[in-house]
Amino acid sequence: MKADPKGVLTGAHYLDGDFSLAEGALAAGCRFFAGYPITPSTETAERFSERIPTVGGVFIQMEDELGSMAALIGASWAGKKAMTVTSGPGFSLMQENIGLACMMETPLVIANVQRGGPSTGLPTLTGQQDMMQARWGSHGDYEIIALSPDSPQECFDFTIEAFNLSEMFRVPTFVMTDECVGHMTEKVVIPPAEEIELVERKWYKGPKDKYLPYKPDKDMIPFMVKAGDGYHFHSTGLTRDEQGYPVINAECQDVCVRHLVDKITKNADKIIKIEEDQIDNSEIIVISYGITSRVAIRAVQQARKTGIKVGTIRLITVWPFPEKRIKELAKKIKAFVFPEINYGQMVLEVERCAGGQAPVIHVPHCGGWVHNPDDIFQAIKEAAK
Amino acid sequence: MKEEDRLEEKNPIEDLLRMDRIPHIWCPGCGIGTVVTSFAEALRKSKLDLDKVVVVSGIGCTGRVAGYIKLDSFHTTHGRAVPFATGLKIANPELKVIVFSGDGDIAGIGGNHFIHAARRNMDIVVILVNNFNYAMTGGQVAATTPIDANASTAPYGNFEYPFSLPYLAEASGATYVARWTALHLRRVTKSIQEALAKRGFSFIEVITPCVTLYARRNRLGDGLNLLKYYYDKSEIQHGADTRTLDISYQGKLIVGKFVDIEKPTFLDCMNKHLAKVLGDKYQPYGENNGRD
Repeated sequence: MKADPKGVLTGAHYLDGDFSLAEGALAAGCRFFAGYPITPSTETAERFSERIPTVGGVFIQMEDELGSMAALIGASWAGKKAMTVTSGPGFSLMQENIGLACMMETPLVIANVQRGGPSTGLPTLTGQQDMMQARWGSHGDYEIIALSPDSPQECFDFTIEAFNLSEMFRVPTFVMTDECVGHMTEKVVIPPAEEIELVERKWYKGPKDKYLPYKPDKDMIPFMVKAGDGYHFHSTGLTRDEQGYPVINAECQDVCVRHLVDKITKNADKIIKIEEDQIDNSEIIVISYGITSRVAIRAVQQARKTGIKVGTIRLITVWPFPEKRIKELAKKIKAFVFPEINYGQMVLEVERCAGGQAPVIHVPHCGGWVHNPDDIFQAIKEAAK
Repeated sequence: MKEEDRLEEKNPIEDLLRMDRIPHIWCPGCGIGTVVTSFAEALRKSKLDLDKVVVVSGIGCTGRVAGYIKLDSFHTTHGRAVPFATGLKIANPELKVIVFSGDGDIAGIGGNHFIHAARRNMDIVVILVNNFNYAMTGGQVAATTPIDANASTAPYGNFEYPFSLPYLAEASGATYVARWTALHLRRVTKSIQEALAKRGFSFIEVITPCVTLYARRNRLGDGLNLLKYYYDKSEIQHGADTRTLDISYQGKLIVGKFVDIEKPTFLDCMNKHLAKVLGDKYQPYGENNGRD
């Protein structure tokens, strides 16, 4: 289906990443925002509070991030596309109800404009340190989807994509950006509404007494209804059966957890997007995501000038991790170089997939600023030796 | 005997219960069931469109209510029933949203959400079953445990000041505040009915015995005795100053309807204010069934 023109600010704009997140959401049909102020993500909430009353939606500033996430799940079950935005400390508080959203298979979108951590860390300075938290932050086994934009334009585009994925797979979906992209102002082109393709969750239309909120369809995704539509359904955070009723035993747990994980891992090929450049005949591959991919380009260009055959992979989808492709390439190349603004998070995935077949040279940065491209260049040189 | 003749075996509120989930998990002598009965009765009398009624619970013994009521029902996380209800309500203003949960859930871990929803005058009904302890986890001390009462994490007796919940609710902005004991069946029903008919943040506290933990630990007799004890110890004072409603250990319980005022709700305020400031630019929200 096409976007509702009411929410689409068609034209070429000069916007920062935070504002673009809000515009992407409005274009995607998001009409419910609940959030709590936190640097460096607050501008997204501010943009929503200004824009949403003019497009027929509702904004609420909640008392904290625990409440924001709970309100989002409620709103999604009432039929709205819902979003919140936060940064590290708020993301920690959201984990509780991110688990509930996963268990209730609730479509919603969370943007994390990352800053340096742990704890209060670097409120105004960049980091990519919540990448593992996005994947593992709530307790128990589950899967989510996360995308990583590297520009304001992508903040817009990927937020739409995040809504589509979240609706398609009934799963919380994250836009994992960072302070640099959030506060970077660039040209953002917002297309006309009719050029924006949207996906909506599969609504159940069968007989009322036959509705099973958690019965997987052929594509593994159960049909959804709205609260208030007369289905008198139940949903719980407890381990539950297809009817949504709690069943506290190992057998039901097995079915329930496998479903939550498999619906993403078995659909990984449909979800994962990566961007590759000059991979063929490369001996070194630099893998990066988000703002770091823009910094890495400089190092890669420098290395190419010195005659090193370097290819690049940019992770657009960070979760689920594109393991198939990395495993494939590990057999063909000399080494991976992996810069990221943390002391070793996503690199663990690359190492896992490389499986000892190709060394992985990590270029960590503890946050506060992006890498000096020279550090990445030195790592490439070392890898090429 | 024919099925229709077996009247005595039919639960009188069976049409509102998920009978495939019965028997429930509550202990014999627990007061939660009677509050559910009052709620069902109030719903029936309210003549509300039951398709539009949603029940939200948190975690704990009372948190299981959502799992037994045959309406759209959500069993959420500990303390977050109120913000979950907030999301449901403002995403679709057509819904009548009821939070049904315990003292630990709403006033302990969820206390912040409770006061803020009351402050905003969120148009929801909160039914709080107060059994003076964390029962599901084995009888720990709560924000509502009276001083001197014994609990598993207050083995020498509680020395912390408890909340007076009607006072907290009124001070935070609730437009309807009542307290009863579980044995005041008709009055609980009437209060819920009034709350359902009202627009605004409505709060009803119901004092119930926790027979297995609180009562046993404090040697207060069986459920029925304690139910009766609370009832006998209660004194109806409608309109009482909520500053005077502290509960002491096995002491007098002042019950009644304390607050019943009219005040624009969150959505009323939002619509009015934004329409005034934004004029034609404002897209009135929630008038088209809350949908776009």
